Amino acid sequence: MSDGALLRFTAVACVRGGRLLFEGLDLTLAPGEALLVTGANGAGKSSLIRVAAGLLRASAGNVERLSAVALADEALALDPKQTVASALGFWALLDGGDAARGMAAMDLTRLAEVPVRMLSTGQRKRAALARVVASGAPLWLLDEPANGLDSEGLERLAAAMAAHRTGGGAVLAASHQALPLGAHRVLAL
Amino acid sequence: MSALLLRELRLAATGGNAALPLIFFLLVATLFPFAVGPDAPLLARTGGGALWMAALLAALLPVDRLVEPDRAAGVLDQLAVRGVPEEMVVVAKLGGHWLSFGPPLMLAALPAAALMKLPGNVLLRLELGLLAGTPGLAALSLIVAALTAGLRSTGALAGLLMLPLAVPLLIFGAAMTEPSGGAGAAKLLAAVSLLLVAIAPFAAGAAMRAARD
Repeated sequence: MSDGALLRFTAVACVRGGRLLFEGLDLTLAPGEALLVTGANGAGKSSLIRVAAGLLRASAGNVERLSAVALADEALALDPKQTVASALGFWALLDGGDAARGMAAMDLTRLAEVPVRMLSTGQRKRAALARVVASGAPLWLLDEPANGLDSEGLERLAAAMAAHRTGGGAVLAASHQALPLGAHRVLAL
Repeated sequence: MSALLLRELRLAATGGNAALPLIFFLLVATLFPFAVGPDAPLLARTGGGALWMAALLAALLPVDRLVEPDRAAGVLDQLAVRGVPEEMVVVAKLGGHWLSFGPPLMLAALPAAALMKLPGNVLLRLELGLLAGTPGLAALSLIVAALTAGLRSTGALAGLLMLPLAVPLLIFGAAMTEPSGGAGAAKLLAAVSLLLVAIAPFAAGAAMRAARD
């Protein structure tokens, strides 16, 4: 248990709505590593992310999270009436993180005073990723992080993930499309 | 914890819907004299109970915006990922909700009591009763809100769940406003209210956890 892994699945199975999504899944994520989960729609990518985040109980097997976790999924979880800066600031306060760093990483600084409800789809995705960057958590769980991002946003996501892994972090991403992850393993569901 | 509480207070203050239960409460208080007639002694005798009914119904109105918006927006998931206990989230929500519901309702009870021609000593007992009872009402709203979060058309279901559970608050609250009502009813009202407040974090927290799966 002391090999420094941030996340470990041991023979994990997941059943949703009476349907078996995956079983006997073993995976380990160590600092600096990245794992891309691929698969068709409904293959269980998002469920795997939620199991890893501890939001879903695995039907069988064991899930160990050995570090703080930052999650970016479909849901934005930012108060629509607040400005981007204060909405991200709330989560940064809980995380002990730095909202300004996250906004700078995803090029949201010039939108800092704009209310969250005015953001476009791509800008909302950037805001969700900015929260992950700002959190300072070693383990990133990203569900379809490239959805809605333009090419410049993709580059920023790639740079943020590379910097995170260089700094000893790990990334578990689920996506139906290719992600600019650098060297990574692929898990096909 | 303080960040959570501040957020709840801000949401309650800027939500725009915080005034709705109060307006509803005052509206019921205005309609009641029309229904039973302008007989001052009759109004004074029944007014306290009627205002408690109005308070109970007003507590139903905010149920759909206490938990569901946070669940739908993923806020509850993000808090869970950070290891914030659901019970703590509920305590913060209870504090924020009561502050936006209890004291304003006590203020609104002043004009409402005037409409009912309640004598001064009855008004005092009504206000003391609301002070003791509204935390229980707020806790009950929160429990029902957590139970019904994620379901469609929760309005009727929330009423069916909440109103029977509020019967003890109604009985002892209304008993306090009767001329003979006194310390006994007040103690029982406070006890019921305290019980609901004590249960709420665990009941609503468990409901939030169950809704995630």
